[in-house]
Amino acid sequence: MARYDRAITVFSPDGHLFQVEYALEAVRKGNAAVGVRGTDTIVLGVEKKSTAKLQDSRSVRKIVNLDQHIALACAGLKADARVLINRARIECQSHRLTVEDPVTVEYITRYIAGLQQKYTQSGGVRPFGLSTLIIGFDPYTGAPSLYQTDPSGTFSAWKANATGRNSNSIREFLEKNYKETSGQETVKLAIRALLEVVESGGKNIEIAVMTRGDGLRQLEEAEIDAIVAEIEAEKAAAEAAKKAPPKET
Amino acid sequence: MECVFGLVGNGFAILAADTSAVHSILVHKSNEDKIMVLDSHKLVAASGEPGDRVQFTEYIQKNVALYQFRNGIPLTTAAAANFTRGELATALRKNPYSVNILLAGHDKETGPSLYFIDYIATLHKVDKGAFGYGSYFAFSIMDRHYHSSMSLEEAIDLVDKCIMEIRSRLVVAPPNFVIKIVDKDGAREYAWRKSVEDVPVASA
Repeated sequence: MARYDRAITVFSPDGHLFQVEYALEAVRKGNAAVGVRGTDTIVLGVEKKSTAKLQDSRSVRKIVNLDQHIALACAGLKADARVLINRARIECQSHRLTVEDPVTVEYITRYIAGLQQKYTQSGGVRPFGLSTLIIGFDPYTGAPSLYQTDPSGTFSAWKANATGRNSNSIREFLEKNYKETSGQETVKLAIRALLEVVESGGKNIEIAVMTRGDGLRQLEEAEIDAIVAEIEAEKAAAEAAKKAPPKET
Repeated sequence: MECVFGLVGNGFAILAADTSAVHSILVHKSNEDKIMVLDSHKLVAASGEPGDRVQFTEYIQKNVALYQFRNGIPLTTAAAANFTRGELATALRKNPYSVNILLAGHDKETGPSLYFIDYIATLHKVDKGAFGYGSYFAFSIMDRHYHSSMSLEEAIDLVDKCIMEIRSRLVVAPPNFVIKIVDKDGAREYAWRKSVEDVPVASA
């Protein structure tokens, strides 16, 4: 009697849905992902585990397009992600077909979250083991948005957020250092947040930038390395300024 | 009488379609655009039942877009044409679409191409094609003047000759035409050929 609620998603006597909580554990084990919203730029960053020498890294894209103006990154079971992403892509086109308008970020987030919730209340299935970060610009107002969903099917909007491994540390960093940014500053903030938990270097980070008119752009490794170098230089300068007390003569 | 025709030139493909929307004896409007931009480098000119025309071509357009998001690369023109034909064929013996289509596209590897797809799911890759009563005249003119690797000026001249012939010889000839072109730089509107302008309503 005590163990039956572990295998399927039904309530335990103390009001928990263990399967959903275990799914959240799976998310916590996944690669770190961070999203930062600026005024005209939204950035997604994902931790890249060191790629095997023989693997073609281009086939492991962790930040994907759902539509021309919407992108998604996730942490958790990547196989589950493929299924959700496919359904979301179909929904984006289906929405365009039936109402002749592109989806809003909130609409597609609600759709994905709804899908995740369905799998916590159906027989014989397990929840999706991933949390998503969804970014995009509203097709009418042009307002930037960042949303997060999780295996329980809840979603909310954020100015900046992280999920996956060490997401708490990244979120703490963002809470301390977040301010309204635009353009390259937003990219730098996202990379600085990721660098808190990832070894530095373009090899270990994947960054994609979305701007209002131009859609999603994946940054090249060289570009990321350049920005990381900038950040390290700024950090070193800040350290040096602290260490050398200003001597007023 | 709807009329759609097109041809392949040197590094480009061109489509022309009449722009009248007709219901029995009434002309709803004479500036209905029947050539849809399927994606950055493809055009679909469709003629037939107005409801089917819009519904079917939009359905194809959204599926082509979905393919691109799923796979990271766009469909080739040949693939899009075969997909379109497949959808027509599947619906044929249950719920046929009454739409005739000319699909023009430009691929980096293979250059421009034109596909003739009729309402009973015939698919032909062609250098020139036409649908409707106007096709009798368009084909005659194109057969006389077309040659491979025509320049843009020559091709536009040929299109204009066809439009002139249709206007003068077809009893209920459509007054206005739209011409669109697709080449390595993408699919875009080229020109309108208007002999009747929709009068704008005077505001009070």
